[in-house]
Amino acid sequence: MTPIYLDNNATTQVAEEVLEGMLPYFNDFYGNPSSMHTFGGMVGTQLEKARQSVAGLIGANPDEIVFTACGTESDNTAIWSAINSSPSKKHILTTRVEHPAVKNLCEHLSKNGYRVSYVPVDRKGELDMKFLTDHLSEDTALVSIMWANNETGVIFPIEEIAETLKKRDIVFHTDAVQAVGKIPIDLRKTPVDMLSLSGHKIHAPKGIGALFIRKGTKFSPFLIGGHQEKGRRGGTENTASIVGLGIACDLARDHLKEMNTTVKRLRDHLENELLRQIPNAIVNGKNANRLPNTLSMNFEYIEGESILLMLNEFNICASSGSACTSGSLEPSHVLRAMGVPFTAAHGSIRFSLSTRTTEKEIDFVIEKMPTIIEDLRKLSPFWNPSQHPSSLHLW
Amino acid sequence: MWDYTEKVKDHFLHPRNVGVIENYDGIGEVGSLACGDALKLTFKLDETGKISDARFQTFGCASAIASSSALTEMIKGLSLEEASRITNEDIAKYLGGLPREKMHCSVMGKDALHKAISNYRGEPEKHAEGQIVCECFGVTDLEIKQAVIENHLTTVEEVTNYTKAGGGCGNCHEKIQEIIDGVSRTPTLTPIKPVRMTNLQKIRLIEETLEREIKPALKKDGGDIELVDIAADTVFVKLKGTCASCSASQVTLKHYVESKLREFVKSDLVVEEVKS
Repeated sequence: MTPIYLDNNATTQVAEEVLEGMLPYFNDFYGNPSSMHTFGGMVGTQLEKARQSVAGLIGANPDEIVFTACGTESDNTAIWSAINSSPSKKHILTTRVEHPAVKNLCEHLSKNGYRVSYVPVDRKGELDMKFLTDHLSEDTALVSIMWANNETGVIFPIEEIAETLKKRDIVFHTDAVQAVGKIPIDLRKTPVDMLSLSGHKIHAPKGIGALFIRKGTKFSPFLIGGHQEKGRRGGTENTASIVGLGIACDLARDHLKEMNTTVKRLRDHLENELLRQIPNAIVNGKNANRLPNTLSMNFEYIEGESILLMLNEFNICASSGSACTSGSLEPSHVLRAMGVPFTAAHGSIRFSLSTRTTEKEIDFVIEKMPTIIEDLRKLSPFWNPSQHPSSLHLW
Repeated sequence: MWDYTEKVKDHFLHPRNVGVIENYDGIGEVGSLACGDALKLTFKLDETGKISDARFQTFGCASAIASSSALTEMIKGLSLEEASRITNEDIAKYLGGLPREKMHCSVMGKDALHKAISNYRGEPEKHAEGQIVCECFGVTDLEIKQAVIENHLTTVEEVTNYTKAGGGCGNCHEKIQEIIDGVSRTPTLTPIKPVRMTNLQKIRLIEETLEREIKPALKKDGGDIELVDIAADTVFVKLKGTCASCSASQVTLKHYVESKLREFVKSDLVVEEVKS
């Protein structure tokens, strides 16, 4: 039985067109693009075509795109490049809600001579822009801020931040892994210096990512090796996956409108129905600008892993920022940063849709969720609606 | 992916004995909303003093709910004496095992049971004694030490799995390591208290405890101890070396030897000294 897959912010199904386009590069066109012979060289031509597709999706020039192995590699490359390019600057500014690929590297750097400022978010999940501008200085080597948050889907004002930083000549990197393919991105209009994206979030396979490096940005490579990617990333190209990423970017471009109409309508329907039918629940980032496919909710007096496991019984795939699912014992850093009330902090669940999600699937989830929440609350020593009026309306 | 046994899943999806007994004889509540898991346990005794009914309410992940459900099944029909011997390992075993990082769920079950029994007996509620080591989850040094000894824990990660201590900001990892190091320097026998002991088992256990737990400590101070006889629950011993002439020997006997024997063998043993 195929699952009802509502965990597309974690990863996506490889599109049929992508898989079909990739297959010849495993055993028919297996040449090395760096080779002098035509057999290898023709693979190189296809890589350039893919580079154009990636650039086309985000409004970049093809030679500003470097292929990497994943979003994490893109993030690491961008951050190391920025600090290595300005060795005298010892300050980094980022946010409290970054993906571990940025967060943990910044924490590592803070133990190794760097000062790191973390921009807080408010209850809506939006950035404290005053904190951001107040903490910029001559010593700032890099600002790294995600375009959209993976857990809540809240979109940050990257255009505005990029303009501010451009005026002050501070290098700006954005982790756009969740934003690419879901909202329009045009780097001709948004002056970010570096941008990370990942293939497997947009129906390409795992193991392929890309980093946009604006022409003129000082750059030092992360993987030092051969002359591949014009010396910006050593290592023989993952040819089949690069071809796949190119196709996926073309598809994403075609689906962008659908994502912001059909998918958004389905997400809104799910959100409205769950809020209507289930008491003591909140939508994280409800009043913020959000990705059209993401719904992050918290339910009072129950725990997220239990919800997930119940959903799993109905073959519904979702995820949770709750402690018990992450292997840690505290709720996700994103929900904590937003100050979600402690009565609901452990009961989080994230549904993330794709253009493949159907109305029937959403209706099935709407049918099952209220009973699941009710059943778990019956088990909870804290659930007594008459004695526990929700504190959430104050929040 | 969840590494849960079929039994854990069964108890999670079909929890037994959910609720609160109205006229309960004992109640135990542990955990909190802020901590991420909590358990309320109530039980009722029959006229013979055995647990006739037990019910629970749990806020937490699947393994917390399953551990609570299992616990209520396990204690039904037991006397309080028997129930109090249930360890977190027993709960985990009943469920066919729990993932390492979920062992604290079974510890929560054991804690709630002990609280409920204390509540029935009218004993003052045992407050977390000692000093708070983990501020994120409010775990004390004594609680960590107990978990380390009872479950043979050797790493900070294991302590976190069993007690949650160190699972938040991580600032206390060094202190936890110190506690682990402290325990491993003083090798101890696991307290084994079989429900029914034959005389032979009892005698062997007394001898073993004297050899491994008591003699080394006395010898440090130049003393020694000899087992003379065992009659029912009275253990006759002879003190030797510096212990024999020590005016504090009565205190030594009462407070040390007896408590050790009670801990490792039987809770109602009495120690008497035989003068030569």
